[in-house]
Amino acid sequence: MSRRVVSILIVVAAVSAAALGYLYLTQGGTGPAAVPIGGPLHLTDQDGKPFDSASLDGKPYAVFFGFTHCPDACPTTLSEIARTEDEIGAPAKDLTTLFVTVDPERDTPAVLKEYISNFGGNTVALSGTPEQIAAAAKAYRVFYKKVPTSDGGYTMDHTAVLYLMGRKGEFRDVIAYSEDHERFVEKIKKLLAE
Amino acid sequence: MRVLRNLLILAFVGFGAAAAFAHEYKAGDLEIVHPWARATLKGSDVADGFMKIINHGSTPDRLLAVSVEFAKASQIHTMKMDGDVMKMQELTDGLEIPAGATVELKPKSLHIMFMGVNQELVPDTIVNGELTFEKAGKVKIEFMIEPAGTSHSMDNM
Ligand SMILES: [Cu+2]
Repeated sequence: MSRRVVSILIVVAAVSAAALGYLYLTQGGTGPAAVPIGGPLHLTDQDGKPFDSASLDGKPYAVFFGFTHCPDACPTTLSEIARTEDEIGAPAKDLTTLFVTVDPERDTPAVLKEYISNFGGNTVALSGTPEQIAAAAKAYRVFYKKVPTSDGGYTMDHTAVLYLMGRKGEFRDVIAYSEDHERFVEKIKKLLAE
Repeated sequence: MRVLRNLLILAFVGFGAAAAFAHEYKAGDLEIVHPWARATLKGSDVADGFMKIINHGSTPDRLLAVSVEFAKASQIHTMKMDGDVMKMQELTDGLEIPAGATVELKPKSLHIMFMGVNQELVPDTIVNGELTFEKAGKVKIEFMIEPAGTSHSMDNM
C-alpha cells in the first residue's frame, strides 16, 4: 500500500469513528434510539388469553417490566400510573399500560390478575414462557436477573423504567424510576397529545 | 358491665395511642425509632419494613436478625439503582450500626424484606417483631402498618 492510500484509510476510519460517536451521543440516552426500542409483543394476558400488541394500534401505551414479589419499584410505578390517569381524566382513556412479568415462574396469569387489581388504571398484565419473556425484555433492552436469598427463595433485579410507546407502537420516551410525579404527568400528557 | 366494658375500651384505646406516640425502643446504647411496614398487596406475599437505629455508644453493634410471626423469612436487604436497574441484595452478615451513628432503613434503600407473608398487613394496625443485635441482644418491637404506597418515614413528614 502506498503511503497515500494508508493516509486516506486513516482519515476514513477517523471520520467514521467520529460519525459513530456523534450518532451514539445524539441518538443514545433518552431520545429516539438509532436501533428501535420495543417491537411487537406476543404474550399471555391476565385472563390467560393470547395478547398481541398490534391490538393497541392507533393508541399509545406504556410498558413496564417487573414482578409481583417486588417491594418497591413495581407497586410505586403502577400506583403512579393509576394516579396520573385519574389526574388527566378522560384523555387518559386512550392509554394502556402493559405490566410484563420478569418472573413468569411465580407470576401466572391468575396471580397477575389479582396483583394489578390493587392499583386501578387501565393495565394489562402479561406473562409467557421464559423464552417469550426473554425476547420481550431484549426488545426493550430490559435487564433482569434472579438473585437467590437465604430462605431458599429469590428476588429479581430488573430495569425499572417505564417505556412510552406512540400510536404506531413506536418508541417515544422513557420515565425513569427517579422522576417525580409532575414530570410523570407531563410525559404521559405529551404522549397522549401526540 | 357496660361501664366496665367502656372503661376497658378506653384503657385499650389510650394504651394504643400512647404506644403509637412513643413509638421507640431502647436496648443498651441503641435507640430504635418508629419501626413501620407497608401493607401487603393482593397477589403478593412480600412486604418491607423500616426503622431508624441510633447507636449512642462508643462501640459498633450489628443487627443480626429480624423475626416476625407473620412471614416465613425476614431479611435485611439493600436496594440501589445501578443506572436504571433496581438491585436488591441480602445482607447475610447483618447490618453494622457504627458507634455514634444513625442508620436509617427507608424505602428505596436499606429495608427489612418480609418473604412469605402469611397474614394480610392492614394499614393502621400493629404487628409484633423482634430484633437481634450482636451486643444489645434481643429487642421486642412493633411495626406500625402504613398503606402500600407510603414512601416516607414518619419523622420526615
Ligand atoms: Cu428487598
